[in-house]
Amino acid sequence: MFNYTFHWNQALKALPQLLDGALVTLQIALLSMVIGLAVAMALTLFRLSGNRILSGFTTAWVEIARNTPALFQIYMAHFGLGSFGIHLSPYTALLVGIAFNNAGYLAENFRGALKAIPETQARAGRSLGMTPLMAFRYIVMPQMLRIAFLPATNQAVWAILMTSLGVTVGMNTDLAGVTQALNAVSFRTFEFFALAAVIYYLIAKAVTLAARLAATRMFRY
Amino acid sequence: MIEIENVRKSFGSLEVLKGINLTVQKGEVLTIIGGSGSGKSTLLTCINGLETIDAGRIVVDGTDVHAKATDLNKLRRKLGIVFQQFNAFPHLTVLENVMLAPRKVLGQSKAEAEAMAVKQLTHVGLGDKLKVYPNRMSGGQQQRMAIARALAMSPAYMLFDEVTSALDPQLVGEVLDTLRMLASEGMTMICVTHEMKFAREVSDRVAFFHKGVMAEIAPPETLFGAPKDPELQNFLAATH
Amino acid sequence: MFDTALTLADLGFLAKGAAMTLAVTAVSVLAGTVLGVIFGVVRNQAGPYWSIPLTFLLDVFRSVPLLIQLVLGNAAQSIMKLGWAPFTTSCVVLSLYTAAYCTEIVRGGISSVPLTTRRAARSLGMTWWQDMRYIVAPLATRVSLPSWIGLTLGVMKDSALVLWLGLIELLRASQILVTRLQEPLFILLICGAIYFIISFPIARLGGYLEKRWSPND
Repeated sequence: MFNYTFHWNQALKALPQLLDGALVTLQIALLSMVIGLAVAMALTLFRLSGNRILSGFTTAWVEIARNTPALFQIYMAHFGLGSFGIHLSPYTALLVGIAFNNAGYLAENFRGALKAIPETQARAGRSLGMTPLMAFRYIVMPQMLRIAFLPATNQAVWAILMTSLGVTVGMNTDLAGVTQALNAVSFRTFEFFALAAVIYYLIAKAVTLAARLAATRMFRY
Repeated sequence: MIEIENVRKSFGSLEVLKGINLTVQKGEVLTIIGGSGSGKSTLLTCINGLETIDAGRIVVDGTDVHAKATDLNKLRRKLGIVFQQFNAFPHLTVLENVMLAPRKVLGQSKAEAEAMAVKQLTHVGLGDKLKVYPNRMSGGQQQRMAIARALAMSPAYMLFDEVTSALDPQLVGEVLDTLRMLASEGMTMICVTHEMKFAREVSDRVAFFHKGVMAEIAPPETLFGAPKDPELQNFLAATH
Repeated sequence: MFDTALTLADLGFLAKGAAMTLAVTAVSVLAGTVLGVIFGVVRNQAGPYWSIPLTFLLDVFRSVPLLIQLVLGNAAQSIMKLGWAPFTTSCVVLSLYTAAYCTEIVRGGISSVPLTTRRAARSLGMTWWQDMRYIVAPLATRVSLPSWIGLTLGVMKDSALVLWLGLIELLRASQILVTRLQEPLFILLICGAIYFIISFPIARLGGYLEKRWSPND
């Protein structure tokens, strides 16, 4: 039909390199989620603090993360910080950009989850003599994390997909970067990227499945 | 002793407490009755400092509840409160629900808190539900758990805010039985309730609240037998 | 007070980039929504022989990075000697990507209409089509609109990736200026502000509709 011969062998031979790249991809996604969760928790506490400056900071972060492209956020980390004399490597810029994005979306997830928890829960804790922080830590937060868990796994899948953007700032060790590097010397674009697509798909499914299993183990109520 | 002196409280332009004076002695069981919006529930949340007051003062064992220097978290340990909504912590088992505050607030060891929790849960008849999550229990059981949770802090006073109002009729009895048991053991209690029969049985005194004012207070036989206040007469006629 | 080499012409260049972003978004959302509605109805109404493969296929679009999809789309059109311009390729790939998400939104909207309501319509003698047209469509639209607005904004932001195929949209235009003027922060801030100005009001509208149309009021 088309005047084109597919060379799948060439791509398959590069599979070990691609899988090495996949590990880097997973690593960045995981790190960006850990940082994102920690920052989102801090942003949530800022919002609950009642301090206008702190909650304004949270609002600004969340709105910028949600209303600009992820690629823009990575560009800011890579090129924008250059204006302050900060020059991040592609790896760090990618990690910072994705973690920024994760934190914003996760903080918004947390906000939605908090709305679903009745205020009487914290009140019950307070009436048992708990400080506001204790009531949050032991009563509200565990429930919040449960409600936010599923949206957070969606964000984890997003984080994996976002790692592919690294290639636009010169990243060449993650899955997309390795694929692009191989493509540049072989010109077998379709074969290499199709294989990469399969690997991305499998990673995304594996993460979703793992999260579901973890959820059934962690949330028994 | 809980001393309530000329307490006033408004929500916006609505004055819900219009100068309440009341003293509850150690060992006494006081029930508060009255229509909705009479201010009776608000008074309870003012006593443990969950609500602020606009004027007057509330003194618990010599400590002014709303004074700036008062450590409310510390004071609340001696004021157990149970609400209309059960407020079970859904992510914790029954045992963990009861152990949480003794562990984190009183700093008890796990063994100590667990022994206390088991004792209180057995006391309210939930000794066989320790490992169950609250959503697997009836409203009556959840409410009894909430009572055990408050009792585990070894409070000197117990405040009950319409604890049977959110329950299905057939579950009211088991919770009232628990309250009767506490009363017979000499616990100092203030109960806001709609259960007239219960109020008549367990109370040392009954107070009738109407539109933010304590219209009448008397031993149950007097208050129910020979009510003086016309609003109270209406109220009793309507509830029978 | 503020020293910059940015000229009015450069701002015009950014505006042209923004116009490209909006054009790609508009075409993709339009085509993607049409496809999404069709797929959504199929997914809800057709038997498993149709809906299972369709579900799997659409899930692939949501589980593979868009950048990879763009590269693959471009490679495929070149293999098939279609001779598409980058704009066409970008729009085709983004439309399918949009359709994959839109299908889920449509499906959710349709299944939010209670079966009893639909039975009532059918027992009044309405045909399947009339039921869909007069009962399901208006109710499902209400439920789906906030998510659809979210999707549109998502596609607008994701459309930045078409720069990889050589299209000069807003982000690429900014990058070109950054390289030329060496004022990365300032230019990127303008670029971000443009994205924000387009996105934020519409996002707020979506949030408002969601609140107003929430099922329990």
